[in-house]
Amino acid sequence: MAQLLKEGQVVDNSWSTVVEDAGDLPPGDILLPLQRWLHQHSQLSQHSGRVGLWIEGNEEIEAVAEQLIQAPVVAIRFPKFVDGRGFSAARLLRERYGYQGEIRATGEIIRDQLYLLQRCGFNAFEFGEEVDLAEASKSLADFSDAYQVAADQPIPLFKRR
Amino acid sequence: MYKYDQYDQKLVDERVEQYRDQTQRYLAGEISEEQFLPLRLQNGLYVQRLAPMLRIAVPYGLLSSKQVRKLAHISRRYDKGYVHFTTRQNIQLNWPQLEEVPDILAELASVEMHAIQTSGNCIRNTTTDQFAGVANDEIEDPRPWCEIIRQWSTLHPEFAFLPRKFKIAVCGSEEDRAAFLLHDIGLQLVVNDQGETGFQVYVGGGLGRTPVIASLIREFLPKEHLLTYLDAILRVYNRYGNRDNKYKARIKILVRAWTPEVFAQRVESEWAHLKDGPATLNGSEIERVKGFFTLPDYRSIDQTSVDSQVAALAADNRAFSRWLDRNVRAQKQPGYASVSLSLKPAGVAPGDVTDQQLEIIADLADRFSFGEIRSTHNQNVVLADVAKDELFELWQLAKAAGLATPNIGTINDMICCPGGDYCSLANAKSIPVAEAIQRKFDDLDYVYDLGNLELNISGCMNACGHHHIGHIGILGVDKKGEEWYQIQLGGSANKDAALGKVLGPSLSRDAVTDSIEKLLDVYVENRLEGEAFLGTYQRIGIEKFKQRVYGTAS
Repeated sequence: MAQLLKEGQVVDNSWSTVVEDAGDLPPGDILLPLQRWLHQHSQLSQHSGRVGLWIEGNEEIEAVAEQLIQAPVVAIRFPKFVDGRGFSAARLLRERYGYQGEIRATGEIIRDQLYLLQRCGFNAFEFGEEVDLAEASKSLADFSDAYQVAADQPIPLFKRR
Repeated sequence: MYKYDQYDQKLVDERVEQYRDQTQRYLAGEISEEQFLPLRLQNGLYVQRLAPMLRIAVPYGLLSSKQVRKLAHISRRYDKGYVHFTTRQNIQLNWPQLEEVPDILAELASVEMHAIQTSGNCIRNTTTDQFAGVANDEIEDPRPWCEIIRQWSTLHPEFAFLPRKFKIAVCGSEEDRAAFLLHDIGLQLVVNDQGETGFQVYVGGGLGRTPVIASLIREFLPKEHLLTYLDAILRVYNRYGNRDNKYKARIKILVRAWTPEVFAQRVESEWAHLKDGPATLNGSEIERVKGFFTLPDYRSIDQTSVDSQVAALAADNRAFSRWLDRNVRAQKQPGYASVSLSLKPAGVAPGDVTDQQLEIIADLADRFSFGEIRSTHNQNVVLADVAKDELFELWQLAKAAGLATPNIGTINDMICCPGGDYCSLANAKSIPVAEAIQRKFDDLDYVYDLGNLELNISGCMNACGHHHIGHIGILGVDKKGEEWYQIQLGGSANKDAALGKVLGPSLSRDAVTDSIEKLLDVYVENRLEGEAFLGTYQRIGIEKFKQRVYGTAS
């Protein structure tokens, strides 16, 4: 089974990502495309696993946030690692809509972004098979503190120093 | 100036270690070229035509003598013994080794410096007026606000991968010496009717391929809301800026596409969620940062007697008198003056200084300006807070070091990018053009008679040499593999900000200096008493200039 980095640990990735908007679903935990999840998740109570979803980093979170926060996993896909829109999407989910579940970074990310991604509220990270996850996880701790408010730190440094 | 505490120091130390590890993984083949690109850029490292180039941050242009000595040391040990001052008040090394950059960053961290976010698609160094704190027309010292913005922008978790680079400038005075209307965000410090400090917020200015003057989106932003409002602007830009075409990715394109009114509404609705949130500044933080920018321990100097003493020296010494006219500026503290050290003697690339000159600048700062040095966006260096009774001595020492060329604000004080000699983006060389102009106009009496004249040269349309806002702008262009130059007239970086108009077809390098001379002839023949070049141009228009250069009416 493929693995991912979650809460700083290397764990099995039990989730299958579904890209089709219709058709048969694989058994077990699944991540559906946003529209399919919005239309079908309430009818999938008989599904053999949990049902989460994935969105693109440029999704208009505001329009769907109230439903999204019920999902066990929201995966945010990065089309390119230099496309920073997913960082804003994650912060909105965590800080504006109070989402408590897993926010997973998928698509093209690199380990050197882990510290910042984590600050924005991501707590799970999918990498390609060539990446040594245990080694990559070191980048989560690149910095011990930060100036700004973010999903991981509600108090700015200037109120703590 | 601002002093790091344990938090600031730890952050830059950890940054050095992060980058050391990234460099090692890159050299070991574990990071691809494509992945390493933004990582090195966000630490200031470009890979250029001849060698890497490292851009070092000089936050809002302020340096201590200790930092300048460290830069001298770095340039000797890791480079070829000189550094280059940029138009963003930063410093560049032109010949560092990629492998040694982590060591250079560690040296910088030891004197509270770094190269964080000096390049890449992120928030860059915040710039301001080189006369901050001493300018006669100052509303409020902009530097504490620049430092607050520096800390907020440093490793901001959400905005490290923006559509494009992002530049912020703060103007704290009546006159604009920071070109703040030509930044992605320009902040003007203002005081409202109730005596409260705040900001006028402008967005969407910039040079480059599509030069635009920024639009006002908020008339008065109370100071405590600065960071939440900046967060709102950046979030809107990060989410909706164009990411498909790098030439349409700056915030100015988004502001123009939406209109400034719609952009302002989008920012306001985002801000409604952030306003009064935890990032809202409080009085104690503002006071804490302001506490680092206090006035030095001035002596009491008899203004009248020192002025007559300086005037007597000037009467006897024409060279000193010229230097006083061009390079020395009054400041609000009586008995003191601000001195510009010119980094533009003829024959030297504008903004270049040697390690020995850096050591001398540090010594002069310790002796005459309370150990502080300011870099300017015109690529010179300023020593503020110089007691007037020490001006003559300072002039002699600066002159001996080649730092007292009396050309500040003249045609020979040009802004110039590194150009095709160094930069892989350039279409044409810019330094030889600058040098040819300085050599051509070497008659000081003539240059002084021309008065204030901003001549800016860029080697390509990315406009690092700010050619759009020069009174005379020169742009290097590529014509079928050959280097040609387009001349523009009438740009201005001040509050009457204007973008230059193209004079006509581009010229060969040989023809540039002669054409400049013709433009100056038209000015001299047509000017009114006391009228500067820009004023004459604005009054008589472009046609006469065009006819003189191209010989025909269009």
